[in-house]
Amino acid sequence: MKFESQKVAQPYFIFALVLFVGQILFGLIMGLQYVDGDFLTSWLPFNVARMVHTNLLLVWLLFGFMGASYYLVPEEADTELYSPWLAKVTFWVFAVAGVATILGYLLVPYARLAELTYNHLLPTMGREFLEQPTITKIGIVLVCLSYVFNIGMTILKGRKTVINMVLITGLIGLAVFFLFSFYNPSNLVLDKYFWWWVVHLWVEGVWELILGAILAFVVIKVTGVDREVVEKWLYMIIALALISGLIGMGHHYFWIGPGTYWLWLGSIFSALEPVPFFMMVMFAFKMVAERRYEHQNKVAIKWALGTAVMGFLGAGVWGFIHTLAPVNYYTHGSQITAAHGHLAFFGAYAMIVMTIISYAMPILRGRPHGNPPSAQRLETFAFWAMCTSMVGITLALTVAGAWQVALQRLPEASEALGFMATQDKIAPVFWVREVLGLIFFVGLMAYLGSFFVGSKELASDSELQLKDAAAA
Amino acid sequence: MAERFTKGMARNIYYGGGVFVFLLLVGLTFDTMLKMPERDHRVNLTESVARGKGVWEHNNCIGCHSLMGEGAYYAPELANVFDRRGAGSEQSFRAFMSAWMAAQPLQVEGRRKMPQFHLTQEQVDDLSEFLIWTSRIDDNDWPPNIEG
Repeated sequence: MKFESQKVAQPYFIFALVLFVGQILFGLIMGLQYVDGDFLTSWLPFNVARMVHTNLLLVWLLFGFMGASYYLVPEEADTELYSPWLAKVTFWVFAVAGVATILGYLLVPYARLAELTYNHLLPTMGREFLEQPTITKIGIVLVCLSYVFNIGMTILKGRKTVINMVLITGLIGLAVFFLFSFYNPSNLVLDKYFWWWVVHLWVEGVWELILGAILAFVVIKVTGVDREVVEKWLYMIIALALISGLIGMGHHYFWIGPGTYWLWLGSIFSALEPVPFFMMVMFAFKMVAERRYEHQNKVAIKWALGTAVMGFLGAGVWGFIHTLAPVNYYTHGSQITAAHGHLAFFGAYAMIVMTIISYAMPILRGRPHGNPPSAQRLETFAFWAMCTSMVGITLALTVAGAWQVALQRLPEASEALGFMATQDKIAPVFWVREVLGLIFFVGLMAYLGSFFVGSKELASDSELQLKDAAAA
Repeated sequence: MAERFTKGMARNIYYGGGVFVFLLLVGLTFDTMLKMPERDHRVNLTESVARGKGVWEHNNCIGCHSLMGEGAYYAPELANVFDRRGAGSEQSFRAFMSAWMAAQPLQVEGRRKMPQFHLTQEQVDDLSEFLIWTSRIDDNDWPPNIEG
């Protein structure tokens, strides 16, 4: 750790992982509700569980991005963070607001929550992923402003590296596009059109800049490859991400009202969206192959490579399989969408956060060469358990989706099965998904466990070094 | 990448390409907005439809259902529920909706449960109007069949 103020990243990382556990627990509950409609539903209706599951994801990823920024920006800018105090205050404000909102979801009926938070004054609630009460949304804006301000001021007073510039561009985009969440006209088509300006322009737009910047930072640190080379790759990856992804938003405009030219534009441009993700794979493997030294934190390298591969599979390949309009006509809003959503969010975004945590946490904890071997072994097991089970979940949901399309969408109306009957038929696949979800949970527990093993090794290690030093 | 391809070129592609494509998106959005009134038939967007959208949102219906294919995939698509359950008449759809909402949760063991939302008759009617209006949006003939 070069700068004392990088320490503020630590609570962000820890809290992100706590929320991650919550997200997975609610996911497991929902997985059971998929096959047993009576499971916990009187206390926790599915719509509440889902809202908690997706909102926790969103919030823990934001905590992860914030931790990543507070860690890497001072180091890149070669100066202390502008205001560590502000970063600490922002942490507590965001944590308290986040927990309060989740408790609100769990403790009162949603309609009551809308009343209690005066949603009628500025109705923004009740839309997928943007379920937060308006007051929470305003809180998110303030937290983002304080965060972008702090990071921006740090960059202004320090080195303006490409990584820093790309990151701050992504963060400003994140804050600006979130403002569309306050636009909720009574015209559903307009509502949906601009809802995507938050959701798509985040995950298939500016978040890719944040992802690219964090990945480039970790790659430089663990391979020692020349910055110039990494920066050129970073520019090309994000250039292609924006060029394909911005008009690629058209793949969401096929069936919600906008005109027919979006069928062409959305298909063609979004078909190119896998390209930057494929470049990310080439970039990560090439840099590791050309590494200048052997970094002791081997598992962090694994996470970096894994993010590129799983991001390519989830966002790239699984995005592509249903992005062409003639295919999407049959798959839109089926379990295929769910399959893509799971692998893309995990592969690209959950894993980049775990990559930076895997690299930075040992350093924050006074272990500059990474965790001791036993901890890295457990973390490696967790890596494989989570990655393989998530691929399994994705395959299961893909089978479920293809089966659903075959039963419900492809036949003529008279022969097509209804939605509920279809869901009953494909239930066995949902059981498989649930079992894989449990394996994922085991992986997650092993991952958390890896933070607590090997301290003894470390102690005896440093004793050894002391003895060595004495002998010399 | 070949050495002849410099970082400066990559940077220019990023800034130039990014700005160009974003402006293109803004332009296309303007064009889409100009053509939208016809496709979303906003002339028929009554007070009741608008209130119905509020009922839809305040009860987080999107947490289980999809609407024009977006939302959760736990319960049926509802942008075409009027076509599916209305028997071709707004009157009978409203009657169906009142009976259906009052009957929840259905007491069928193991079946996915829709909560009882305790809506007033006016709220149910508004919700019906919202769903009827939604079913008439020009959405390029999605979904493929009436089952959604």
